[in-house]
Amino acid sequence: MTRFLVCPPDYFGIEYEINPWMRISNASDPQRSAQQWHALMRQLEAVGAKLERMEPVKGLPDLVFTANAGFVANGIAVPSRFRHPERQREEEHFTRWFIQHGFRVITLDPTMYFEGAGDLLGFPDLWFGGYRQRSDIRAYTVLTDIFHQEILPLELVDSHFYHLDTCFCPLSGGELLYYPPAFDNYAQTVINDRVPSHRRWTVPRAEAVRFACNAVCVDRHVVLPAGCPQTMEWLTAHGYEPHPVELDEFMKAGGAAKCLTLALD
Amino acid sequence: MASETVILEGHIIDSLILAKVLDTIVMLGGTFDLTDVEIGRTRADISRVAIQIHAESAGLLDAILAAIQPHGAIVSRAQDCRLEPAPADGILPDQFYATTHLPTQIRLNGTWIDVDHIEMDLAIRVNLNPPSAQTVPMAEVKAGDLIVVGREGVRVFPLERPKEHDIFGFMEAQVSPERPFHHVIADVATRMERIRTKREHHHPPPKVLLAGGPAIVHAGGRDALAWLIDMGYIHVLFCGNALAAHDMEASLFGTSLGYNLGAGRTVPHGHEHHLRTINKIRAIGSIRKAVEIGVIQTGIMAACIRRGVHMVIGGTIRDDGPLPDVITDALAAQAAMRAAIPQVELALLVASTLHAVATGNLLPATVPTVCVDINPAVPTKLTDRGSFQAVGLVMDAASFLRELARRLGWKEDVA
Repeated sequence: MTRFLVCPPDYFGIEYEINPWMRISNASDPQRSAQQWHALMRQLEAVGAKLERMEPVKGLPDLVFTANAGFVANGIAVPSRFRHPERQREEEHFTRWFIQHGFRVITLDPTMYFEGAGDLLGFPDLWFGGYRQRSDIRAYTVLTDIFHQEILPLELVDSHFYHLDTCFCPLSGGELLYYPPAFDNYAQTVINDRVPSHRRWTVPRAEAVRFACNAVCVDRHVVLPAGCPQTMEWLTAHGYEPHPVELDEFMKAGGAAKCLTLALD
Repeated sequence: MASETVILEGHIIDSLILAKVLDTIVMLGGTFDLTDVEIGRTRADISRVAIQIHAESAGLLDAILAAIQPHGAIVSRAQDCRLEPAPADGILPDQFYATTHLPTQIRLNGTWIDVDHIEMDLAIRVNLNPPSAQTVPMAEVKAGDLIVVGREGVRVFPLERPKEHDIFGFMEAQVSPERPFHHVIADVATRMERIRTKREHHHPPPKVLLAGGPAIVHAGGRDALAWLIDMGYIHVLFCGNALAAHDMEASLFGTSLGYNLGAGRTVPHGHEHHLRTINKIRAIGSIRKAVEIGVIQTGIMAACIRRGVHMVIGGTIRDDGPLPDVITDALAAQAAMRAAIPQVELALLVASTLHAVATGNLLPATVPTVCVDINPAVPTKLTDRGSFQAVGLVMDAASFLRELARRLGWKEDVA
């Protein structure tokens, strides 16, 4: 059973601007946020996910985006080192949660930016690391040492797609949803080399900006933001069951389904 | 020229990160050498390369470094070179750095400085105030001299491709009698013409060095070489007792090792001619004096004296005489040859195994070098001993010199 770390949106809000989606003037609605978050949780549980809820912290509006807590695999947790000071205050809370829940915690040098499962994701035997926007490419050399795993760094070139999980979504059957213009040419070549074309779905721009790639895949279920009909059609045609969820309150902060979860195994 | 070494590590091959970094360097106008490459053996292993970046200016280098650092290239923390005093005269510290014949720099107090008088198989001696470094042969080191030890803080620059698109641009030792040689000789002639012109307005003037053996005289290359010297194409001559003796034997007796050079047969008691020649010059006191008083009027030695060519005649244990100009102390001969190397811009090593290898060892790799010998083993030996820049030409000395002189305007005297 897939376990996810989540954090209720009690203190979620747009309190600063650290990506092009965030505008303080475009405030989120607390009530709608809560409704959308709970709907997402119900959907995840409905497809068989087990959820671990952490305590929200006042003054940390982005703690809700647990994908950036760190990266977890094989019982080891590497907490994030955020690039922006606004989010660096989250590090101690995520780290404490990992320790209290029995994970072996390995911390990176504070100057080595790494934003967790937001930037490091992949298939069971091939991981990809987004860099240049938030994470530092050198972090992947250290993570390779920790996890003994091939990690191919991919350069992100569009600030709207500032984390790898905003434009790149590996699926359980080896397929990939992605938005090529978010990557430089070298990264696009690497993706093309590693994932055969019949397994790749190039998300159209209209759906990429609706965070179609910020989806959560549990077995053959894909929980994704609503408003991505072409992506859903492709998923259905390839044997997946798509589950759309309204998440526009969180998109005001630049995140959706995947950003709100952290896979723990 | 500014230069810096960066380290790039991680999954840099399959991710095309290495390709991207190298492309970026070139796109911005820099060049690079991969100085250290370790490729991971399995997919999980990381790879690591050291990239030495060269740029025309410090500003361009900074721009390149700024562009590649986001891709993980980090400037390797360069260390100063380590120095140890020589324990005694003629003895180097145990871990002394042994030089190559490539351009070399050392890092002193955070600054890279050039090592002067580059030559292979020597040590590097450092002066701290003002900072300078030069190569030093083992035998010349003095107790207490500061010598570079270990490899940290020393960097060697690979040869850049010469700007001229001639045979030296390829720097491949063509050691085969079956390769055409006309284009090689044509390129050598072009270089010699250019150096002769350049000498008129460059100070100190560039030089052409010829190191030769007595086969030049035996085989009939004497007139051509004397003409090249007279016309100002050659400025340094390295040879042994034999070349000088047989050249002057030809001047005095018309023979070379007893063979009449014109008729091509032995003459009675001809084998004594070179001894009588040596004896005569010893009696006169020097080759210079013999030329100046008119005893020696033709040939290579006469031309060298007339044109003020810098001659170094080194002795060997089988020499007859020797001639009074021969330096019989091997270390002194080596030092005299070494002193003549600066400003040499072209070296011709003709028909002499001994002098070719000795001269090859003294030459920096930046000096275009041609090794001409009828025996393919000689150019091979030269390149085996590290003078990889030498172009080998398997042909006899006289044919080479005559063809070279003809290309430069020599009209053979057919009479």
